[in-house]
Amino acid sequence: MCVAIPGRVTEVDGTTAKVDFNGNSVNVNVGLVDPKVGQYVLVHAGCAIEVMEKEQAQEIIDLFADLEAMA
Amino acid sequence: MEIAKVIDYLKSYDGRQLKLMEVCGTHTAAIFKNGIRDLISPKIRLISGPGCPVCVTPTAFIDKCVEYAKAPGCELLTFGDMMKVPGSQGSLSENKAAGESGAKANITIMYSPLEAIEKAKQNPDITYVVAAVGFETTAPTYALLIREAERQGVRNIRLVTALKTAIPALRWICENQNDIDGFICPGHVSVITGVHVYDELAAGFGKPFVVSGFEAEHILAAIYRIVRQIEAGEGRVENMYPNAVREDGNPKALQAIEDVFAPGPAVWRGLGRINGSGLYLKEEHSVYDGGSRGLDEDMQLPDGCRCGDVITGRINPDQCPMFAGGSCTPMDPFGPCMVSSEGSCGIWYRNKH
Amino acid sequence: MKITMAHGSGGKSSAQLMKDIFGKHFSNEVLNKMEDAAVLNLPAGEGNGGFARIACSTDSFVVTPLIFKGGDIGKLCVCGTVNDLLMMGAVPKYLTCGFIMEEGLDTELLDQIVGSMAAQAKEAGVIICAGDTKVVEGNGGLYINTTGIGLIPEGRDVSSANCREGDVIICSGNLGDHHACILSHRMEIENDIKSDCAALNDIVDGLFAAGINVRTMRDVTRGGLGTVINEIAESSSCKIELDEEAIPVSPQVKGFSDILGLDPLYMGNEGKMIAVVPAEQAEAALAAMRATEHGKDAALIGRVLDGEGAFIKTHLGATRRFDVLYGEGLPRIC
Repeated sequence: MCVAIPGRVTEVDGTTAKVDFNGNSVNVNVGLVDPKVGQYVLVHAGCAIEVMEKEQAQEIIDLFADLEAMA
Repeated sequence: MEIAKVIDYLKSYDGRQLKLMEVCGTHTAAIFKNGIRDLISPKIRLISGPGCPVCVTPTAFIDKCVEYAKAPGCELLTFGDMMKVPGSQGSLSENKAAGESGAKANITIMYSPLEAIEKAKQNPDITYVVAAVGFETTAPTYALLIREAERQGVRNIRLVTALKTAIPALRWICENQNDIDGFICPGHVSVITGVHVYDELAAGFGKPFVVSGFEAEHILAAIYRIVRQIEAGEGRVENMYPNAVREDGNPKALQAIEDVFAPGPAVWRGLGRINGSGLYLKEEHSVYDGGSRGLDEDMQLPDGCRCGDVITGRINPDQCPMFAGGSCTPMDPFGPCMVSSEGSCGIWYRNKH
Repeated sequence: MKITMAHGSGGKSSAQLMKDIFGKHFSNEVLNKMEDAAVLNLPAGEGNGGFARIACSTDSFVVTPLIFKGGDIGKLCVCGTVNDLLMMGAVPKYLTCGFIMEEGLDTELLDQIVGSMAAQAKEAGVIICAGDTKVVEGNGGLYINTTGIGLIPEGRDVSSANCREGDVIICSGNLGDHHACILSHRMEIENDIKSDCAALNDIVDGLFAAGINVRTMRDVTRGGLGTVINEIAESSSCKIELDEEAIPVSPQVKGFSDILGLDPLYMGNEGKMIAVVPAEQAEAALAAMRATEHGKDAALIGRVLDGEGAFIKTHLGATRRFDVLYGEGLPRIC
């Protein structure tokens, strides 16, 4: 139901992090997750709600590989 | 497996007529934007659920927000998509413009509710009232706002909440609408709640519940899995968004919600009152509550309005007399499905006109 | 009903207002064409110097902040009106300006803005030939109206109604830069996105110099490409199909629009245009545009077909219809 997009963490300072979205830097609250610099976080309304394991392009490739395995 | 094969499979599907519901408004928008319906067989019908927290918000909530926006010393912070939801005295957008009574409505569009903290600290004489709408995805952010305000001793913030939880609404739909064959579960709600919240529903109703991300590829993969499950006579929970959705969700976020909010009844425009589907500030945080309970009064939807039937997929938007007669349009909406740019009527309208 | 910000979005609500109030009272054969600029016939006869008709357009500028990355309200108010004239195939000649200043406006700032206006006017080849100032109560704000006159050389016939089956659509460059630049400031998102604010004389001159039989030109401003394409499809009674993947958007603006849930298809620009040209001239037109400073990222984005409405072909091969902009293009959560 909600718009949330992945961005890359470039700095962490306590519960605030700078997150980069293709060259757009936003201050994001990371109080609900524990990200390291370089990781991707899923950001909704100024708040990181999860750390993403993979970058999105790789995730889609893996998703379809899994689909094959399930079929 | 290649995406083209998945599309081929869904395009050439010729089994029994299926009705799948995408619960989430962001899914509805992605399905529309990516032309997903054009890629799958007409025998797989996608219907849009009530998954937009903005458009199911009752009139009384909007009226309360307008009241605060016009009150001396108050500034209302809201997400942009709340602006055009109709209240009994007009929408926020209309009231922002209505200056002739002398009371100027102070409304600022926010990107994040957390902006309230800095604003409140900079202007201690102004009370910042946050129009707190959202589902499980957004509720933790409001919880952080309250925690942070308490930690820093910031008192000039109020929340008017119309927070809703999607899972009780999903149960309501399962209980009241048994011809839906499978559900595309809301990916970002699931980030918070985890996937086990669907176990009881899948088991109880014997239907597939597949968690999906928001790229076209995610959605097609989820539809594919639902169809394959149905063909195999299964009704299980599957997580097709494991990159973001953990089995148990985000425990810190769930804890934040539990610390700050308590469940209560909530009114969904078009569906009515659903017990346990609302979140309200707990007693110990009541100093931050701008009077959120009991904002149940909703506008009398015109006689012809069939929102409830559209939301639950009983009829298509153009079968609603208000839609067909041209009296409900995106510029002058009545029901939730037309108010939201992600509602099925709004999307249908923009497709046909 | 009351006026809301949506009435200023350049989308559905603006069009409705135009039709219900202004159109009702002002209706006449020039205005009813609803082009970027009005086209007026000169009296027939000698002495018009190779020009057949006059183009006339007016526009008001209300941007905040007054100075932004890539421009300011002074540059903007020249470019906006000049572009409207250019889109009719006219050579821009004269500009008038009206300044509505709120009390408290800093005169140094005003000096900077007017200087920027003068420089841009010189670059675009227009003379500012008349002006007016008024002061109102307020907080140092500034609003500028400009009206432009251009002359259309003999033999040019550019109109939104001229598209035919088989024509192609060329977009002059990346979409959404101006919108993203202004909103970044308001939403406190840090990036290097600059407004694309520019007068497009070079592109239009380039197209005509290359002998392109230009059917339609439109600058893609408020309401975005989505709104412009719908308007053209309606004026020309044709169907237009765009290729999603061909629509140029910079990665930064894509990232920006994702953050706020905006669609670059509906984001505003101040230095972008589309040209509709016959298919056999597609390559020549593209080359002519790409040879210019403001058209270097030009791309072929779609085609004109028999039928009606505006459609887009997605990256997975689906086709969907799209409409004009509804509402204000505000940040949303769902």
